[in-house]
Amino acid sequence: MAIAIKLLDAKAPSGPLESRWTRHKDQLKLVSPTNKRKYTILVVGTGLAGASAAASLAELGYNVKAFCIQDSPRRAHSIAAQGGINAAKNYRNDGDSVWRLFYDTIKGGDFRARESNVYRLAELSLNIIDQCVAQGVPFAREYGGLLDTRSFGGALVERTFYARGQTGQQLLLGAYSAMMRQVDAGRVTLYPRREMLDLVVINGQARGIVCRNLVTGELEPYVGDAVVLCTGGYGNAYFLATYAKNSNATAIWRCHKRGAFFANPCFVQIHPTCIPATGDYQSKLTLMSESLRNDGRVWVPTKKGDTRPPNEIPQDERDYFLERKYPTYGNLVPRDIASRAVKAVCDEGRGVGATGRAVYLDFSDTIREKGIDYIKEKYGNLFEMYQHITGEDPYKVPMRIYPAVHYTMGGLWVDYNLMSTIPGLFVLGEANFSDHGANRLGASALMQGLADGYFIIPYTIGDYFANTTLPKVSTEHSAFKDSLADVHRFLTKLLSIKGNKTVLEFHRELGMILWDYVGMARNAQGLQIAIEKIRRLREEFWNNLKVPGDANMLNKNLEMAGRVADFLELAELMAIDALHREESCGAHFREEYQTPDGEALRNDEKFCYVAAWEYTGDLSKPELHKEPLVFEFVKPTVRSYK
Amino acid sequence: MAKKMTLHLRIWRQPNPHTPGKFVTYTIRDVSSDMSLLDLLDVLNEELIKKGEQPVEFDNDCREGICGMCGFLVNGVAHGPKRGRTACQQYLRDFKDGETITLEPFRAKAFPVIKDLVVDRSALDRIMAAGGYISVNTGSAPDANSIPIPKDIAEQAFDAAACIGCGACVAACPNASASLFVGAKIAHLALLPQGQPERIRRVLRMVEQMDKEGFGDCSNHGECEAVCPKNISIKHIAIMRREYLRALFCS
Ligand SMILES: Cc1cc2nc3c(=O)[nH]c(=O)nc-3n(C[C@H](O)[C@H](O)[C@H](O)COP(=O)(O)OP(=O)(O)OC[C@H]3O[C@@H](n4cnc5c(N)ncnc54)[C@H](O)[C@@H]3O)c2cc1C
Ligand code: SF4
Ligand code: FES
Repeated sequence: MAIAIKLLDAKAPSGPLESRWTRHKDQLKLVSPTNKRKYTILVVGTGLAGASAAASLAELGYNVKAFCIQDSPRRAHSIAAQGGINAAKNYRNDGDSVWRLFYDTIKGGDFRARESNVYRLAELSLNIIDQCVAQGVPFAREYGGLLDTRSFGGALVERTFYARGQTGQQLLLGAYSAMMRQVDAGRVTLYPRREMLDLVVINGQARGIVCRNLVTGELEPYVGDAVVLCTGGYGNAYFLATYAKNSNATAIWRCHKRGAFFANPCFVQIHPTCIPATGDYQSKLTLMSESLRNDGRVWVPTKKGDTRPPNEIPQDERDYFLERKYPTYGNLVPRDIASRAVKAVCDEGRGVGATGRAVYLDFSDTIREKGIDYIKEKYGNLFEMYQHITGEDPYKVPMRIYPAVHYTMGGLWVDYNLMSTIPGLFVLGEANFSDHGANRLGASALMQGLADGYFIIPYTIGDYFANTTLPKVSTEHSAFKDSLADVHRFLTKLLSIKGNKTVLEFHRELGMILWDYVGMARNAQGLQIAIEKIRRLREEFWNNLKVPGDANMLNKNLEMAGRVADFLELAELMAIDALHREESCGAHFREEYQTPDGEALRNDEKFCYVAAWEYTGDLSKPELHKEPLVFEFVKPTVRSYK
Repeated sequence: MAKKMTLHLRIWRQPNPHTPGKFVTYTIRDVSSDMSLLDLLDVLNEELIKKGEQPVEFDNDCREGICGMCGFLVNGVAHGPKRGRTACQQYLRDFKDGETITLEPFRAKAFPVIKDLVVDRSALDRIMAAGGYISVNTGSAPDANSIPIPKDIAEQAFDAAACIGCGACVAACPNASASLFVGAKIAHLALLPQGQPERIRRVLRMVEQMDKEGFGDCSNHGECEAVCPKNISIKHIAIMRREYLRALFCS
């Protein structure tokens, strides 16, 4: 058990905002090149954050072991990101700057993020694009051969770089190839088809992990001098989400139970434009990138229960509700605002499609003005994907879309150096809570993952090593033995229940509770109900679960059982956090706290802080630690996109 | 509109690499034609678990055709009947009611079966480690716009870079050659100015590694291109050959 830090010190530097990161770097201690070779770093996860970290740390001379669940590191969930990545390059001369990207991101997050972190992120956005282009990432270009950009939600400038509708794929392949170069050089060793199931803490320092080899079922201990978690977000707690099927909370949750604080677990982004579910059998939802809102217009019929096909509804009987409610940003309002607006029109009974839980995203105006080829070039693969899934042709009929769980702003608490409350445990990418406050703007997750991995951790981890004594340990240490025994017991228990309900059934049920009560709109009563229901479901899980097979083989059901067990615990913390935050901010919308026209009503006096929860041994009684957020450079205002 | 269908699934069942496998047929009734093939496997697995039987193992992750994790033979065709799509993007509406669908793992010496429909494709990663990259350390890159690249070249590089590393091309090839996969990466990097310094070394090493992994030679059957979910053109194999000859000549 780590000792609780009562006052959370973010180690954020002071002084002028523009020079904070530079000065901080200058003050960080360095490790000499010969000494770097003596350190082993365990990087868990090979998405944008993990692959970029593994490559950059190995380039510096550290020994890196990289772990992932998939059969190849190139398949991490980051691969699915579609729309783009922000950078304040101002290549368009449209008034963009580091300051403006910083401001948009802080405001987009509804003033619930650290100024120092967000400014650094905006600053590093410039280097990211340079690095990726040098690796051969084929970004979209203009006829002159220079890079093209487009707009994304929450911004009035065109700062989003993209590679057709496959930006995440191309960026990840860039980071993956940089990492494979280090595999070639012998500095990175890959461990695919491994799942980290525990963190080993010795003398209060993170010193290793325990993994399950997903092919043989063997439990494998690994010793390291630091652990860098890059295991992504926990949105699959909701069962139906746009995440890849293997995305999970297990690594961060087990670290939480070993002493890492969990920050803002209730901040979950629900993305407005996803393909609506068609039936109960479905286990995954598909995103239609936000970039589509550049050229698609969102509407519903003005009349309730209008079942005419969309093409037969005349213009004056359509409500382009985003354009009507938010004339300045129109269809490009931030995601939380768009999602709530969609939900509101569907709640009024004006939703479309078989279930009435959908709105139109219509490209006919753009097709008429700019032609079909324009759309094809920009969004071809998305249109194709839509057609594959729904069997409808979006060039002819408008897309039908509905919000779905997409991203988690919450995650393990980290300081400015990206270190958690456990010394030696660093957390990068979506797995940490750091930069997006209560709502993330589009195209900024890729930016954050790569900033963390390429440009921050290589500096801050050296400072940790230079300031720390790390006694030699081996897997013979009792902490490793205990951890192996714990994991073994856990797996055996899952297999021995032999009840009647499958993992999938439990997961689906949990998802429904979270979606209904900890989703787009929340209230105190609903959250209390959710907590009760989650507890009951968890109890039933441990008494009535049925897992086939055994632990000594490839067994996806056993993997999923462990993940759902962790989701069932994390879900309660999400509800507790949502209940305690008696305000609305960003994606966290508490119905009790809204303006007369239904917008989020923040309470800066009481809730201008990061809520970091400590595990106490009792899931129902986590301890709250607060990191106050101080705004020296921007004034928290009412977030208006009108 | 969604219809109800009944389908028979004839699936390769193999508990581990050392035990011989066999086909087992299952029938699933009353499923929606809007379902994907992987949804159908989920439904089957739920039924099997309830009956106390072992579920069918198959690799998958994104379920939207981009990660390259899914993949098996559907009625003998890698990824399935609809061309230009991965296995996870096959929908029941494209099968006939009452049809028997045969599912078996990718077959190739370099892709040993792990269990049921799951195979080991790590050979592809080892080929990538043998030069499928541009050597540029973090922090050493010049400004992104200092390297202008004509739009059509960038587009061609993209077409090659779109490969998802699924291995279907290998499974479809009578020689189990990985030439389309390797050709795509070589073309992607050889087309770009950033890829020039390592052009020779890259093609020599990647081709050598491909041979070492036990992939066969390409004899222009063109089956790879036909099953590639990302429509990677066979012209990339020609580019690889040209690059290889050029490299031999230059070195
Ligand atoms: C459909 C979609 C589209 C998106 N589009 C955009 C976009 O256009 N722009 C943008 O900025 N953002 C976008 N996002 C968000 C963005 O893609 C993600 O937030 C980001 O890629 C997360 O990267 P990561 O490196 O933190 O984690 P991930 O990419 O999720 O990687 C997690 C890694 O951790 C591994 N892992 C997890 N648990 C364990 C464990 N227990 N043991 C071992 N390994 C483990 C996994 O195998 C994987 O390698 C999109 C997200 C989705 C879902
Ligand atoms: S070339 Fe096509 S079939 Fe072969 S690995 Fe790449 S995407 Fe798959
Ligand atoms: S599961 Fe990702 S491509 Fe099919």
